[in-house]
Amino acid sequence: MRPVEIKEGIFWLGAVDWNRRDFHGYSKAHKGTTYNNFLIVDEKVTLIDTVAEEFWGTLQCNLAQVLGDRKIDYVVANHLEPDHSGCLAKVVEKYQPEKIYTSPMGQKAMKAHFKYTDWPVEVTPTGTELSIGKRTLSFLETRMLHWPDSMLTYCPEEKLVFTNDAFGQNWATSERWADQVDRYRLEELMANYYANIVLPYSPVVLKTLATIKEMGLEIETICPDHGLLFRGDDCAWAMEKYQAYAEQKPKNKAVIVYDTMWHSTEKMAEAMACGLADEGVSVRFMCMKNNHHSDVMAEVFDAAAVIVGSPTHNNGILPLMADMLTYMKGLRPQNKIGSAVGSFGWSGECVKILTQWLEDMNMEVVEGIKNQYIPDHEVFDKCYEQGKAIAAAIKAKL
Amino acid sequence: MGDQKETDPMQKYVCEICGYVYDPAQGDPDSDIPAGTKFEDLPDDWTCPVCGADKDSFVPED
Repeated sequence: MRPVEIKEGIFWLGAVDWNRRDFHGYSKAHKGTTYNNFLIVDEKVTLIDTVAEEFWGTLQCNLAQVLGDRKIDYVVANHLEPDHSGCLAKVVEKYQPEKIYTSPMGQKAMKAHFKYTDWPVEVTPTGTELSIGKRTLSFLETRMLHWPDSMLTYCPEEKLVFTNDAFGQNWATSERWADQVDRYRLEELMANYYANIVLPYSPVVLKTLATIKEMGLEIETICPDHGLLFRGDDCAWAMEKYQAYAEQKPKNKAVIVYDTMWHSTEKMAEAMACGLADEGVSVRFMCMKNNHHSDVMAEVFDAAAVIVGSPTHNNGILPLMADMLTYMKGLRPQNKIGSAVGSFGWSGECVKILTQWLEDMNMEVVEGIKNQYIPDHEVFDKCYEQGKAIAAAIKAKL
Repeated sequence: MGDQKETDPMQKYVCEICGYVYDPAQGDPDSDIPAGTKFEDLPDDWTCPVCGADKDSFVPED
């Protein structure tokens, strides 16, 4: 895609990665992604972030289309992860900017990552203001949203904020603005991105939103580094969404995530699903053989209850469930009810192990159900009743 | 002064990774650490509630 002038003198450059499916090695990007970066043409030509290294050609081409022979004076690095800093070293080498601005932790990361000795780096702690001509850039550190070096760059004259990974979505599109695409799809992909990338740092999101309010920043354009940009009323909409995501208020919804050997655990879990559904709880029934952990996480993040299921395998649990639980724990979901289910042949450690994971995630645990050999109607009744009991616990929580 | 600081039960510690400050007066309720727990007395496997870094990443706050 060619550069798009999003405001007079401010350009979206970026690269649309239509074929990307594996995002950062751990998450699915079913609709591809974009690496957005921006160029402000003012007295000082300022580049905000770069793109993944493989799009160096695209970046040079985009820069040439906007700049001709003009040079880049300043570079702002809001975050040093390689999808945003992948071309930073090449930009420094080719365009030799006068200054590179980054957060205090960004400078630390830049030194460690690029091992530079002579880059003109200048640190911009929160409150730093930089005049680039007609416009000012002010910086707000957002440590751990979602890396220690993350920061936002705000331009008061344009009421525009460059948010790096915050408000991003993995969606390769020919459109650039949120108001040009299907809203439901946008919302789904924004939530998926949040659940898999931003979730553990929800307290920082709440703090940042409060700071933006306290500082009275007027925001009419939000420019994240992945996916669509927001303008007008969509800015308030995006911030309301983030406020709600970060609060992690549970919905009337349960996720049953399991793996199974001979379908006994699966059938028990299904009986629980019936109990939940009959009480009016919306259920997602997800076998790890058919679902990627990041898709499960997108459902877990706004659910009130998570039921995990695995048979006992070699005195442990099945490997796909171990993968799921490791991933889930790292994302630190809050305000959940948890329960376990599993069948076993000779030793039956599964439910104990699964329950320990739930406790480690501070979930409100409802005692699990295990069964030896093939479950019969009595066991299914017990599981069904368990589903109803979890539904009651969900209702009490909402 | 240094020795006094190390033995001060209310000495706050700051995470060098993300800037979170552990305040013994508050403890870390999310990890079931009661108020009044000295930093030194936190379990070895305690981690920063913000960025997840381990105890080695903390230094006394000035």
